[in-house]
Amino acid sequence: MKKRLFYQLGLMSVALSLVLAGCGGNNAPASTNEATDAPSESANAGTSAGGEIKVGILHSQSGTMAISEVSVIDAEMMAIEEINAAGGVLGKKIVPVLEDGASDWPTFAEKARKLISEDKVATVFGGWTSASRKAMKPVFEELNGLLWYPVQYEGLEASPNIFYTGATTNQQIVPSVTWLLENRGKKFYLLGSDYVFPRTANLIIKEQLKAEGGELVGEEYTPLGHTDYSTIISKIKEADPDVVYNTLNGDSNVAFFKQLKDAGITAQDLTTLSVSVAEEEIRGIGVDVLEGHLAAWNYYQTTETPTNKTFVENYKKKYGDDRVTADPIEAGYTAVYLWAAAVEKAGSTDVAKVKEAAKELEWEAPEGKVKIDGETQHLYKTVRIGEVQADGQFKELWNSGEAVKPDPYLKGYEWAASIQPTE
Amino acid sequence: MQLKKMTPRRLWILAGYAAAAAALFSAPMFVSDFRLNLLAKFLAFAIVALGLDLIWGYTGILSLGHGIFFGLGAYAMAMYLKLEAGGGKLPDFMGWSGLKELPLFWQPFGSFGFAAAAGIALPAILALVLGYFTFRNRIRGVYFTILTQALVIITTTLLIGQQAFTGGTNGVTGYSEVLGFPLGSPDTKRALYWITVAALIVIFLFCRFIVGSRFGKVLRAIRDGENRVRFIGYNPAIYQMVIFAISAGIAGMAGMLFVLHVGIISPSMLGIVPSIEMVLWVAIGGRGTLVGAALGAILMNWAKSEFSTAYPEGWTLFMGLLFVIVVVFMPKGVAGLIGQINFRKKRREPNHEGVRNPAV
Repeated sequence: MKKRLFYQLGLMSVALSLVLAGCGGNNAPASTNEATDAPSESANAGTSAGGEIKVGILHSQSGTMAISEVSVIDAEMMAIEEINAAGGVLGKKIVPVLEDGASDWPTFAEKARKLISEDKVATVFGGWTSASRKAMKPVFEELNGLLWYPVQYEGLEASPNIFYTGATTNQQIVPSVTWLLENRGKKFYLLGSDYVFPRTANLIIKEQLKAEGGELVGEEYTPLGHTDYSTIISKIKEADPDVVYNTLNGDSNVAFFKQLKDAGITAQDLTTLSVSVAEEEIRGIGVDVLEGHLAAWNYYQTTETPTNKTFVENYKKKYGDDRVTADPIEAGYTAVYLWAAAVEKAGSTDVAKVKEAAKELEWEAPEGKVKIDGETQHLYKTVRIGEVQADGQFKELWNSGEAVKPDPYLKGYEWAASIQPTE
Repeated sequence: MQLKKMTPRRLWILAGYAAAAAALFSAPMFVSDFRLNLLAKFLAFAIVALGLDLIWGYTGILSLGHGIFFGLGAYAMAMYLKLEAGGGKLPDFMGWSGLKELPLFWQPFGSFGFAAAAGIALPAILALVLGYFTFRNRIRGVYFTILTQALVIITTTLLIGQQAFTGGTNGVTGYSEVLGFPLGSPDTKRALYWITVAALIVIFLFCRFIVGSRFGKVLRAIRDGENRVRFIGYNPAIYQMVIFAISAGIAGMAGMLFVLHVGIISPSMLGIVPSIEMVLWVAIGGRGTLVGAALGAILMNWAKSEFSTAYPEGWTLFMGLLFVIVVVFMPKGVAGLIGQINFRKKRREPNHEGVRNPAV
């Protein structure tokens, strides 16, 4: 009898200590906060304190997306270091707080909440997949935080609490389709991974093809991580398209392009244009199978601007000669600088003031001059179509000449009326 | 646990439970809003673990597909919240997936009552159907477990593929209120937390009741010797189906609470990995002890959250280490640890809650 009592009591005490540990875990960071706050004499209103401004960095450091997102973290950390070396923001040092989104969307939401309400960061740089952004969006809107999202995406969104430094559809997909129709042919075959971005992108492309005289000869989706493309390649052969518009993501690209080459189809026989294959992916897929294929982005490592030369040099110096820069890396780097510039202009890290100051803000980014569109909080960006070269870099075939105004809802396109959300 | 044994020992145990309940109920006074939100999520997971323990720890059925039941409940609640947030408008993801009007099966989810009922009933019915085809045909052990995994793959593929109806990989997110209360306000959050604590206690008592009942004895008998039970004249399949359905219903309920706290449900939350993780919570906490299962869920998720904050780059290693330590040094889980310490003393005490015959 007595032993069972011990047993049960023991369990109770474990339960209690767990609850207490939960509380303890809460107190610990709070007290470190006070410790850092204490030496500061003039604590600024809101999120900044003393000689430091905390910012959150929330990308996947584990799970399937880590391979892509870690490079963006590197770029953001580099930007923070550079700004700190040049005297910081408002005379204060930027201190990054890193959290792992773990390629899991609810985790992104949880960590975003933690960064805003526990760490009281001034802003967060984070996200890669649309799903992670969609998961964080309600958190930032509820707690009035500020998120800088660095990846091209499917558009149809403009949250007042998010700045989008990657391209929306009218800065990547729509102009590239127009270019293909003019230069490579009318018959399109759409191939994508089965998730939100490819499906939404293809929805847009199909409308555009109808309006601009293109022809859809096939549309296929494969699950993420799919690696057998033999059936699809035979279907492509049968359909005989002029262009394969590729929105595959991740490993599937390796399989698709290898098997395409094995089937004897080269870039001379068939044009493919990818929107998720950048310099980093070329390293992974192998340049031998990708040579001659096309991609649409706003930035390449080879983009010739004065800022880009030093950006690439510094990035390689810091992280190794074998590393490459790519569009999302550049967009993450740009995000940090734009935020810092907006804070300087606002004289505060207060979200509303920073947003106000960020309107129409310009910066000489590695991709060229960018400007924040005050209405949508997206960037004006230059569209670039590139061709993979033997050295794993892109050669720019075409660019839009000037930075294109972001139009996430495609309001400027008559044919897109059916895609827009119903009011 | 009979009434006549109302000894000081039993009073102590009751006092312990009361203290744990009091600590949980009063947590909002000591803990920040963020931590409370986390704790609420952990408690929702603890509810799943209780349900899993009923079938694994007490009946010997290993389900690696509880993510589906959890997810069904979560999606049912998410559909209600999404419609509530839209205020009569089409959910955003349907718009950009090309749908023009609300699909028929979404329509009843506009009602909270329907969604809440469906969140428990749908998983239970699915479990009943699956159980009918498997247990009746005496499919058990590894074969049953593999079937549950297959069901996970089918469900997640379906959810991802039907983007227009389910939100695809993004899942369903972007809610504003529940029954008119804004989800963002601290008051609502606190109320939801208390509801979760109450739900955990009710489910815990319910599970204890089942385990202590005659029904529960048959379950343990099935775990320890299914054929013997059959020879005695029971039909194990009925018992397995019922307990599997109950367990699924409990998981569905936890899923609904999860969505209310976390504000998003996506197919990744009901995939293979989360489904296995749920079983791990029970294993780590102590299979075959209800307190252990609940504690395991809370402990593992708390550790996950703390490790990932402290070591964003290498936290997965620490989690792995924790698993190894528990498996090597505490084969019966955290709850079993205390039993192990007292092992010599309690040699003669029949370990009536312990697991004697692992099912798989």
